[in-house]
Amino acid sequence: MSDDPKRETLSRELLKRAVVTRFTVEEVVIVPIFAVIVALILGGITMLATGVSLGTIQAAFGSLFTGSLGSISALSETLTAAAPLTLAGLGIALGFRAGLFNIGAEGQLLIGGMAAVVVGFSLTGLPLIIHLPLALLAGALFGALWASIAGWLRAATGAHEVITTIMLNLISFRLVDYLLRSPWIQRPGRADPISQSVLESAELPRLLLWIDTNLRLHAGIFVMLAAVALIYWLLFRTKLGFEFRSAGANPDAARYAGMRSGFLIVAVMAIAGALAGLAGANQVLGVLGRASPNFSAGIGFDAIAVALLGRGHPIGVLLAGLLFGALEAGGRQMQVSAGVSIDLISIIQALIIVFIAAPMLVRTMFPWAFQKERPADKGASRAPPSQPASEESG
Amino acid sequence: MDIELRGITKRFGEVVANSNVNLTIRAGEILGLLGENGAGKTTLMNILSGLYRADEGEILIDGTPARFDGAGDAIRAGIGMVHQHFMLVPVFTVAENVVLGVEPTGRFDRLDIEKAREQVRQISAEYGLEVDPDAIIEEIPVGIQQRVEIIKVLFRSAYVLIFDEPTAVLTPQEVTEFFAIVRSLRDAGKALVFITHKLHEVREVADRISVLRAGQIVGEGDPKTATDADLAEMMVGRQVRFEVEKEPVQPGDVLLDVSDLNVLDEREEMAVNDVALQVRAGEIVGIAGVQGNGQTELVEALTGLRPLLRGRVSFLGEDVTQASARRRHQLGMAHIPEDRQRSGIIGEFNIAENMVLNSYYDERFSSGPTLRWLDVYQQTAANVAAFDVRTSSIFDHADHLSGGNQQKLVVARELSRDIKLLVASQPTRGVDVGSIEYIHKRIVEARDSGVGVLIISTELDEILSLSDRILVMFRGRIVAEFDGDKATVNEVGLAMAGVTAEQAA
Repeated sequence: MSDDPKRETLSRELLKRAVVTRFTVEEVVIVPIFAVIVALILGGITMLATGVSLGTIQAAFGSLFTGSLGSISALSETLTAAAPLTLAGLGIALGFRAGLFNIGAEGQLLIGGMAAVVVGFSLTGLPLIIHLPLALLAGALFGALWASIAGWLRAATGAHEVITTIMLNLISFRLVDYLLRSPWIQRPGRADPISQSVLESAELPRLLLWIDTNLRLHAGIFVMLAAVALIYWLLFRTKLGFEFRSAGANPDAARYAGMRSGFLIVAVMAIAGALAGLAGANQVLGVLGRASPNFSAGIGFDAIAVALLGRGHPIGVLLAGLLFGALEAGGRQMQVSAGVSIDLISIIQALIIVFIAAPMLVRTMFPWAFQKERPADKGASRAPPSQPASEESG
Repeated sequence: MDIELRGITKRFGEVVANSNVNLTIRAGEILGLLGENGAGKTTLMNILSGLYRADEGEILIDGTPARFDGAGDAIRAGIGMVHQHFMLVPVFTVAENVVLGVEPTGRFDRLDIEKAREQVRQISAEYGLEVDPDAIIEEIPVGIQQRVEIIKVLFRSAYVLIFDEPTAVLTPQEVTEFFAIVRSLRDAGKALVFITHKLHEVREVADRISVLRAGQIVGEGDPKTATDADLAEMMVGRQVRFEVEKEPVQPGDVLLDVSDLNVLDEREEMAVNDVALQVRAGEIVGIAGVQGNGQTELVEALTGLRPLLRGRVSFLGEDVTQASARRRHQLGMAHIPEDRQRSGIIGEFNIAENMVLNSYYDERFSSGPTLRWLDVYQQTAANVAAFDVRTSSIFDHADHLSGGNQQKLVVARELSRDIKLLVASQPTRGVDVGSIEYIHKRIVEARDSGVGVLIISTELDEILSLSDRILVMFRGRIVAEFDGDKATVNEVGLAMAGVTAEQAA
């Protein structure tokens, strides 16, 4: 009987949270910070190498900052740009967690956006409280359906989702062009492919009109925050999220545990598609007011970078989305006031991803910021339990 | 050629893998290096074979300090390693594999395969290895593949040969042949290091035994006088019981009834052939057999992870032939998978998440769509304490546990709920002596409480010490059945090699 209280204390001891290791902190916090800094520096070097004067470079970085964080208007632009990036990025991150590489956010975003536009202009006489949610829902639903095609193909036939989502992207580009010219969508009296305008009752309300009527920040920011919370809850608090994470981390173990891999693939793709569709709806209902060819503007591709930078974690994706939104907003300012092409922003974003994807590179460049030797060495990682093997009670 | 390791210390971060190790390896002698998993055997040998560099200490070759900056240096110095997992190209011939990387070439870099074959034949004859240089690797048995690895090392003019757990993949008969080869290498003046955690093997073949525990040499043993108990105590640091204590079997109702079972493997070839078997409540049925004789497919078919070609599986009187793994789990079937790394645990998940890997959906841990993590944590902490999983926190990642503790985690998960049948595949593979003893004890306890147990193992000792009834599987068929109390190593070993009683007589 003397065993029981002993076991009780041991149980209590075991329930204490493990200390976050230095290595984890380095991977999650320090590496991304350095990646961003190095990418900015290399962006400067790129400008220098292409004959931009030092003064202009200084102005460029200055306006990058003021254009993203320097004023209310800049903040409004940053948040406006961050919303769709974060929404679509969440979907892609969810795919990463479940072991799926969804390249199709761009297409899902287009299809979802189209659906939202159609609902947004065709249903008349509804109050905002009904019309707007309907339009958002249509975006999510059609994005989900579009993405499910790739999910179903993967589950039923084994066709790889990278290939199928790329193909679905291409199809969606042309499909949107086609739809925009069909008489029931195209704006009357226009020859170019452009949709009718979303009714006011389906628009995401602007939030800062009371400060300045030019501020574009809209209620989509709440959709974004709700999605972050929802995906966090889904991944870490629900059975379905547990299944997603298991299937992504070790598909064999998930199968062993009796999880249905086919269903999980379709479910992940559908949720990812819904989020991308919401991102599209967010653009047409909150920013553009209508759909035109390529209204997605590459957001679905940038979202892949956002998901990577966010390490597949909802909070990380939110932070990465905000960073990319800031770069986007600052980049526009940079182009206007310093005359440096906004393409530089794409270069900087790409460089960030390169450094995130190659943490060893960052570790080698800044050895002083990291622990010397890490115990993640393959041969040793099996060996080191937190206490020596000789610890033995008998 | 004699080698001396002097004061070798190796650290990985804060973990000390080797601490001030002194070891001598002499020509014409077999050194048995004994230690549990994680004791630092492999690290030490990786230092000797140039893969790691020691933080402190030196390696002396015939009294002169040597410095290895990579595996190449060690090979040039005449030190060769035969790894546990063979590094052979399956579609190449023996000769091609042997010369890979050091090919004899003629003019314009032309591969002189004729010369290679001749050299292989020569080495093969010199040490009595009997290997055909033209055989394709994937067509020859594992025992012969191991000899190819040995030839590879000899071809690179090794004087010191290190064998890392060489008998893990061999049948008892192949082990005997392997020992003969090792002895002939010794008699030819080679220095041999034999790394293992199997006590009787090291006593049988070694001339001298060194025991490593927690990175330190804790003792030396003379194989002629040391007993298993002595060595195990040195290895584990406490007394170990080998005999599994069991009450006499009292079989109850039939729990699992399998008839006419046929299963295909990945290559669409027949892996399980007309297998019929029964497991009753309160008995342990052991399936012996050399790896790759259909055991994996049999277990997957029984647990609902692989479709059957034909046959019927009934469990607790219910036909579960088409039932999912989840359904069987719910009915009370527990499964310890053969490869915990591949499917038993998720390394990047913490211990709590792994503890509910296949029961998270259960009402004990979830309500509606959500998981009740607090209940998961409570239950995990209780299981971890009850099953002696060594960890400081249930929030540690599973891949930070040692192999033995990972396996105890799996055992805890499977045995900590109300089950009727346990299907345990290789329940102690790659697990240290102390954990083996413990896992065996828990399995016997389960059996005594009325659980039916089906153990599938390639370790004959394990089958013999646990089973009430032994079935032998060979090329997908059950070829022999023995009474657990009366079976001998020899009988079962022969059946594992496909020799039937009539042929043997």
